[in-house]
Amino acid sequence: MTTPLRSLFDFNGGVKPDYHKDASTRLSIGVLSAPTEVPTELVIPLHQSIGGTPRPIVAVGEQVKKGQRIGDADGDVSSAVHASTSGTVSAIEMRRMPHPSGLSSLCVVLETDGRDEWIACQAFDHKLATPQEIRDYLRDCGVVGLGGAVFPTHLKLNADRQGGIETLIINGAECEPYITCDDMLMRERANDIVRGVVLMREILGAKQVRIGIEDNKPEAIAAMQVAVGDCGDDLQVVVVPTRYPAGGAKQLIRVITGIEVPHGKRSIDYDVQCFNVATALAIYEAIGLGRPLISRIVTVAGNVDAPRNFDVLIGTPIKKIIAACSPLPDTNRLIMGGPMMGVEMPGDEVPVVKATNCILLGSNKIFPPPAPEMPCIRCGECALACPADLQPLELYWFSRAKIFGKAQEYHLFDCIECGCCSYVCPSNIPLVDYYRFAKSEIWAREKEKSLADEARDRFEFRQFRDVRDEQEKSARLAARAAAAAAAKQLATTDTVAIPNTEASTEANEKAALIAAAIARAREQQVTATPQNMQQLSAEQLAEISAIEARRAEIREQAKPHLPPDA
Amino acid sequence: MAHNSPYLTKASSVQSVMLRVVLALIPGIVAYVWFFGPAVLIQLGLASFTAIAAEALVLKLRKRPIWRFVSDGSALVTAWLIALSFPPLGPWWLIVVGTLVAIIVAKHLYGGLGQNPFNPAMVAFALMIVAYPLLMSRWPNVATSINFQQACELIFGASTMDAITSATPLDTLRTALHGADASTTIQTVLAKTPRLGHGWDWIAGGYLLGGLYLLQQRIITWHLPTAFLLSMALLAGVSNQLDPAHFNGVAFELLSGGTLLAAFFIVTDPVSSCTTPRGKLIFAAGVGLMTWVIRHFGGYPDGIAFAVLLMNVAAPLIDMYTQPPVFGQKSDMKPKHD
Repeated sequence: MTTPLRSLFDFNGGVKPDYHKDASTRLSIGVLSAPTEVPTELVIPLHQSIGGTPRPIVAVGEQVKKGQRIGDADGDVSSAVHASTSGTVSAIEMRRMPHPSGLSSLCVVLETDGRDEWIACQAFDHKLATPQEIRDYLRDCGVVGLGGAVFPTHLKLNADRQGGIETLIINGAECEPYITCDDMLMRERANDIVRGVVLMREILGAKQVRIGIEDNKPEAIAAMQVAVGDCGDDLQVVVVPTRYPAGGAKQLIRVITGIEVPHGKRSIDYDVQCFNVATALAIYEAIGLGRPLISRIVTVAGNVDAPRNFDVLIGTPIKKIIAACSPLPDTNRLIMGGPMMGVEMPGDEVPVVKATNCILLGSNKIFPPPAPEMPCIRCGECALACPADLQPLELYWFSRAKIFGKAQEYHLFDCIECGCCSYVCPSNIPLVDYYRFAKSEIWAREKEKSLADEARDRFEFRQFRDVRDEQEKSARLAARAAAAAAAKQLATTDTVAIPNTEASTEANEKAALIAAAIARAREQQVTATPQNMQQLSAEQLAEISAIEARRAEIREQAKPHLPPDA
Repeated sequence: MAHNSPYLTKASSVQSVMLRVVLALIPGIVAYVWFFGPAVLIQLGLASFTAIAAEALVLKLRKRPIWRFVSDGSALVTAWLIALSFPPLGPWWLIVVGTLVAIIVAKHLYGGLGQNPFNPAMVAFALMIVAYPLLMSRWPNVATSINFQQACELIFGASTMDAITSATPLDTLRTALHGADASTTIQTVLAKTPRLGHGWDWIAGGYLLGGLYLLQQRIITWHLPTAFLLSMALLAGVSNQLDPAHFNGVAFELLSGGTLLAAFFIVTDPVSSCTTPRGKLIFAAGVGLMTWVIRHFGGYPDGIAFAVLLMNVAAPLIDMYTQPPVFGQKSDMKPKHD
């Protein structure tokens, strides 16, 4: 039940844009049902979470059932993928991803048979299982964070912590405008969410559980309160003030517990763990019902006649759900995610993936093209709006001037790219674009630097080897000459060949000096290893590799246009 | 450039910021006209026209979009601040030259909007008071009412004005106190001119009103005006306690000269002042300190312009050393499991 809590905490900054959440909450969560709406082909990308790309374990032509695993997690930081319905694998090939670059990735293409036939589902008894077994089970069920970050959930649901954790936070804040998938999920399936929360609590051994919901969702709050009251466990629904980005994990943890998790640290370091409400539901379905993650709720909103939420099978082309909402003719962009942090889609054939919380249609009327960029007048609005307490104006100057060292000193990498600074900027400066640019440049340079370091190491070792070989050779020759001389002298007198031993000690000393220099160089190289690359989360590493892939692709495309030596 | 997220923007622009600043100046101007006659309106007109013409000309020479930048209103704000700090009966060319210096030299030679390290209006004021100290003290006598026609004749040089001009209260005081008669005290001056400073308090009140509007609109934050006024008040209060014969009281110090105009409209110039909260406090307190020092120990009747320019030089450094702690690094919160 909601007992009045000790007062909530506040985070600095944030903005209050128009939320536009009403339109898509008038209808209940829909399912694509009419024969025209059910897709005949599902495109299921293998890589749908942070971490390694799962390996396909089905062959073209193979019959699969709904919920059958089709991709095996690649290592521990990865998550399995499953067939969203029954049918035949028609291809395993590269398809365009829901990513602004139009990047392609390996997908399992499924020709659906319309029977929607489940595999045999069996609940999982987590109480009998070891922590490792729970982790493996959730990994194989493909459960990932559904708030948008798609971090593999099994890595966060760690059961073998002595004494459990202090606070489990369930994120139902959903602060971005237009998006209502969590809101509708809480209204309609509060009981299942709460069951999932209870399971999570048991696994984590959390002392207290707080379900944070923004106060602009009264229906969801009411539904969750009833469900919490019915469950018998002492969970608490916490109503948090509506302010973007209160739904960011770090912001919500701050609001509820007062703890600020700095950049580069994980919330578990502070005895807190935070999950999205939809993830809690996925946990319930995986453990309680034995069903892997094969669908999610997606909001379709923006420039459509009938905005609505749908329960969508993973792999459904987004055009199918867009069509069900009657898009308006002046639509000029498709955005995955919300208007603050969403990314533009390269086309409408890309599939819904586990990260797809919202498909937002834009037009010049809803999202007018930005007014011309004016110079920064240092008004400081951005600093007031920044939830990470940065000085965006300084970061802007440094990023623009490509003074990347200074930008890092001013905590560029603490930026969460929430967009608040760009939102408030009276000069219409696309600030976040400048930070994205600076970050990718820094990553690229560090990568180049580590490659250069490797090359330098190889070169230095070669030099060392040449010198060493030369010295060894001369030492050998000297020794031989000395031996010959000694033999000769032995034959005549008993004098010792002093000069020759001196020569060989000298050679030894030289070799020792060189070895010491090499060791020093090694040490230096270790300390000079780029620090940003070391502290990156798996998520950021994935982003970097995506950027690298894009770079490579662009370079490939540009090859014909470049001079041969470029 | 592709349009990336965020796709939503708040309806605000440089233009709306500048126009609200201009709007906030109006109560002070009304009081000004009430006590000193319409001469200041002529100066406002001259400065505005010169500023916009100069802005357009330089933008054309720099091959920048003329309308976009002329319409941003920043030149107008500079012009009005110049007109309000220059003597209302100064000759027309004085304010024209001052405004040209502000726009062409202090603003555009440094790179235009947002790039100027010095407050353009204060550069103009400092230059002109150094070059023409006498002309820069042509203030109308509060008692004499000057109508529009007389003002025109005075400003455009068809008439002399010795009879009707008088020094500002600050100027009167310092001339008297630094004069030959060492026995002069504030009290003897005030005894001779009991209404010294009258009218200025109302103008100051007008600026205060405008400043509160800017605070309410979140165009300025409390840090700069508060630190500036507090440091002035503190210095005036302490010195007045120690030597009431030669140092003004808090009220006189705050209500005379350009103190309130500076507090809400000049010290608060975002481009040339500090941006971090602590930096703003240091910057404005520094301006207050230097203003007071120049007023009482320097060679000029009012020291705001010089104080602002001196602190402008220090602003980047102050900002660098007062960066606020970022999220997660404020307290000594240590991870429980590291």
